[in-house]
Amino acid sequence: MNCIIIDDEATARAIISQLCSGVPSLNILEEFPNAIQAIKYLNQNEVDLIFLDIHMPDFTGFDFIDTIKNPPKIILTTSDPKFAIQAFEYNCIVDYLVKPISQERFSKSIKKAESFSQNKVNESEETVADEGDSSTDNHLYINIDRRLIKIDIPSIYLIEAKGDYIQVKTEDKNYTVHSTLKKIEEKLPTDLFLKVHRSYVINIKKIIDIEDNSVLIKRDVIPVSRSNRPELMKRLNLL
Amino acid sequence: MEQPNLSYIQGMSGGDKAFEKKLINIIKLEFPQEKEVYYKNVAAKKHKETAENVHKLKHKISILGLEKSYDVAVAYEENLIEGKTELKKEFEAILQIMTVYLDQL
Repeated sequence: MNCIIIDDEATARAIISQLCSGVPSLNILEEFPNAIQAIKYLNQNEVDLIFLDIHMPDFTGFDFIDTIKNPPKIILTTSDPKFAIQAFEYNCIVDYLVKPISQERFSKSIKKAESFSQNKVNESEETVADEGDSSTDNHLYINIDRRLIKIDIPSIYLIEAKGDYIQVKTEDKNYTVHSTLKKIEEKLPTDLFLKVHRSYVINIKKIIDIEDNSVLIKRDVIPVSRSNRPELMKRLNLL
Repeated sequence: MEQPNLSYIQGMSGGDKAFEKKLINIIKLEFPQEKEVYYKNVAAKKHKETAENVHKLKHKISILGLEKSYDVAVAYEENLIEGKTELKKEFEAILQIMTVYLDQL
């Protein structure tokens, strides 16, 4: 099984790596001190098993599982037995190892991972995928300075294209992200958001007023292109 | 007071002396850094951050075979989460014992 280790503590990574080296069926591909780096790696590489620490600053092990769409088998490693119940909510979690991990307990865990049925993983994938779909109704993760920040979708009122970046404006804060309008549009509910200009996507629920070729959202006056105006008018509850 | 030992490290290393040395070196490198952050947060009275530091340090406490001290660390971490600093003195005495022990290795 191809594995990766995610733990912010170098000592813990060294111990897990050593324990893995005693099991011929395990192949450690990479080690990561945080979950964000691992997410990027998983986007490009196939992994069968993840040793995942729960307690990490900023982005916990559970945040990590919630973020990846098709999680492989996961063995949680933690100093906190109190998260065990929460772990059972995830079908992809094979086992829960409390640190310091003994050789004997580790071996048991690997046997569990090897016999963990493919059906169960598939179940897990479906569940998480479903959760992912439903969660996109409510929130979106954006990558800023190697951190994934969760944004409540209904709080977004405007997205503006700025060269290679987009600016996402929400009720509380504005975020500049390296992405395109097209990409973010695909992630947003079409009943709420509309592209009114090649550089602007707006939340139609947040419109204050409309003039001939512009809309006022909060304090921003946004141009509406001629080609997008009919669709905007169709979506409004006009008298 | 109980003393640190290498029983866990020797037990899990499977007799791999090179690994034992490597792990001790990692601990010797990481422990002072974690300790420094801990003391900074204690001085700043940042209880939540301090609890996170204790959480990380308690793994090293257990690796060095300090079973009773581990229980003290667990209780201290919980106190900090509740905004209390009881067991601070006891916890810092554990850190001191570990520091002396690691310096000797």
